[in-house]
This record gives sequence, C-alpha cells and structure tokens, in this order.
Amino acid sequence: MVDILKYAPLLADGALVTVKVSVTSLVIGTGLGVAAAIAAVSNNIWLKRLVGAYAGIVRSFPELLIIFVLFYGGTVALSRLFGGHVEISAFWAGSAALSIVFGAYASEIFRGAISSIPRGQFEAAQILGLSKAQLWKSILLPQVAYRALPGIGNQWLILLKDSSLVSIVGIEDVMRSAAVAGNATRSPLTFYLVAAAIYLVITAISVLSIALLERSVKARFV
Amino acid sequence: MNFDIFASTFMPLLAAFGTTIALTIFGFTFGQILGLPVGIALSSNSTIAKTLARIYTFVWRGTPLLVQLLIIYYGLPRLTFLKGTVIWPFLIAPLVCATIGIALNSAAYTGALVGGGIQRVAAGQREAAQTLGFSKWQTLRYIILPQAYRSIFPAIGNEFILVMKASTLASAIAVMDVTGAARSIVAQTYAPFQVFAVAGLLYFVFGSIAGQVFRFLEARRLGPIGPGAASAS
Repeated sequence: MVDILKYAPLLADGALVTVKVSVTSLVIGTGLGVAAAIAAVSNNIWLKRLVGAYAGIVRSFPELLIIFVLFYGGTVALSRLFGGHVEISAFWAGSAALSIVFGAYASEIFRGAISSIPRGQFEAAQILGLSKAQLWKSILLPQVAYRALPGIGNQWLILLKDSSLVSIVGIEDVMRSAAVAGNATRSPLTFYLVAAAIYLVITAISVLSIALLERSVKARFV
Repeated sequence: MNFDIFASTFMPLLAAFGTTIALTIFGFTFGQILGLPVGIALSSNSTIAKTLARIYTFVWRGTPLLVQLLIIYYGLPRLTFLKGTVIWPFLIAPLVCATIGIALNSAAYTGALVGGGIQRVAAGQREAAQTLGFSKWQTLRYIILPQAYRSIFPAIGNEFILVMKASTLASAIAVMDVTGAARSIVAQTYAPFQVFAVAGLLYFVFGSIAGQVFRFLEARRLGPIGPGAASAS
C-alpha cells in the first residue's frame, strides 16, 4: 500500500500521458477520417480508390505492427535523411500510428453517416442556391456529427486501450509507469492491477461523457 | 534497400508464424467456449448471473489486453499452492499465459455478442417453443441459440480477425510469435521496412484466408435467415 502511494505521482503522470496520446490521436484521426470520408463520397474515382485502400489496408494489419513500422521505420528514415543516428520521438511515432488506425475506422463511420443523409437534402440545398461549402458547413456536418457520434465514441474507447501499446516503444504512459514501479518494488502484479483500475476509471468517465454528449447533441439538433 | 534481407527474414518469420496461428486458433476457440455461458448469463433472468456477467464484460472490455496479459503473466506464478502439480509448468509458460489472456478477453467480447444475439431472437419463438412443451434448456439449445448464432456469425468472423491482431501482444510477454520474431530480427538487421513488410504480409494472408473460411461457412452451414428461410434451407 505504501508502495502505491510512493509511486502515485509517477502513475498520475503516466495516466496524463495516456490521455495526451489518446486525445492527440483522436483529434488527428478524426481529421483524417472526415477527409477520407469526404473523398470517399466524392465523384473522383481515384480519390475513392485511394481512401478505400487506406481504410482496407490499415484495418487488416495489427495495430502493434503499425506502431513498430512508424517507430523503427521512422528512426531509420530520419537517420537516412539527416545522416547519423536520429531517433524519432516515440510520442509522435506512437500518436501517428494510433491516428492512422483511428482515421481508417473513423472514415468508415463518417462515410456511413454521410450516406445515411437523404438525397433530397442535397437537392433542396441546390435549389436554395447554397454553395458547396455552405451545404457542408450548415446542412451536412451537424447531421453527420450527430449520426457518427455513437461510432466515434466506441472507437474512442478502443483507442484508449490501444494507447497502452505505445508503452512498448518506450512512451511513459500509465503502462510504462506501472512497469517501472513494478520493477523497482519487485511487485509488478500490484502495479499492473493499479494500471488496470486507472484504465477502468478513464473508460467509465468516457462512457458517461459520451452519453451526456449524445444527449446534448440530440437536444440541440433533433 | 537490401532485398536479400527478404529471403533471410522470411524463414524465421515463417517458423514464428506457427506460434501466431496456434495462439489465434486456441485463443479464439477457448474464447468462444467461455463466451457462450457469458452471453447466456447476460440475457438470463437471474439477477446474480446477469450482474456477474456484466461486471466481467465491463472489466475485461474496459481495460487494455496488454495489462490483462501482464497481470496473468505475473499473477499465475503467485498461485504457489499449485507448485509441484502437473499443471504448474504450463501456468508459467508465456505461451499458455498469452492463450489464457487472449481467450478471457475474447470471451468478454463474444459474450456481449452472444447476449445481444439471444435478445434479438423474437419473443414469440420462446413462447411457441414453451407452448410446444420444450423445456427451458431445450428451448435454448434448439430454438434460441441456433438463431442467435446465425445473426451474429459475421461478427464472430470479425472476432477471429481481432483475436489474430490481439495475438501480436503476446510478444510483450516474451512469446516469439511473428511480431516478436520480427522485432528481434529488426534489432539485429536494422531493416524495419523489409522485416515488418514480410510480417505484415503473413498477417494479411492469414486474415484473408480466415475471412474466406468464415464467408464459406456462412454461406454453406448457415442458410439465410428471416421469413421464408425454413423453406429455402
């Protein structure tokens, strides 16, 4: 028990890094997902194929392998580029990998949300003389956001847990903190149980927040 | 780029591929076996069974598989009262720990799937079976579960792919699967792109074959569902 209190600051720092990696990947991944979804519903066949390949390929490879490719591959690429050994930031390699994975799943969610909007709305907007930008901004995006919210919320919960994988390439998240504390005190089991409890708390808070967000969005738009 | 490395990494990775396949198939199979009672409990009328199953699925789905594997890896050797028994050497083998961890994790997701599948079976089916004199167990075995599994079968195919991806985490507890082997080859050769490309290809092939098998089973074993399905099959 004393051990846990002694290492509480380290675990708290780790938890903060876990949230930081996850939120960074959520933001970048959502951007990627929206862009890919818009490309997927566009009229450009090559753009469609490109984003289709992106979503398909990324989803068929294990997340850990994608993290390794960006981390080890990034280091090799940077070293070649600048000459000499340049190590890529583990934080950015990990976040980039998680963003790419999140974006692939998010693109499918957003594509589904966009295609569930009735055709008549596009036609009505055209008749009313709205520009393409106006159509997206004031008609489509609010509805897409509302319809995509449950899927994105689900994907966020997966992202949160996948973020534990970045500890393997050395990011000091809550998993890494637990490993460090466990090694120092020779009681890894205790600290991994604490780490599990921390994830459970973050998950529970997320589930509640998503439910509240869904309710408030519903109240505003529907 | 050094292409010779493809040839020299392929054989060791292919050897590790067996571990990945075994881990995936055993993890998936035990996950399915354990997931069935979880799913039945989730949709049962018993408050105790329901609550226990809900706690199980919440805890296992609310924490990362990585932490679960490490807890099992460090936790099982604490069961010292089993020391000296025949199962002890298995409990401390990383491959067994990984299989147990993946199976328990998959059971939580499968349980939620099965529970949902059972609840979607129309209430009239249960009532009709009971009117016809089926016992509770018979209703479940012959009426409810076959329909529930038909509706969730595509999701179970997905679960297999998820288990395959999850098996990569075993490399974190010293299992030499494809990912673990790839990582150690990268440490020696410093050729991450070539090595991970071969590893990725192996996962891609495995996943594609599994996908085909599940699609084949779905078309072959399970006829269409819905009105008129009985006459079609």
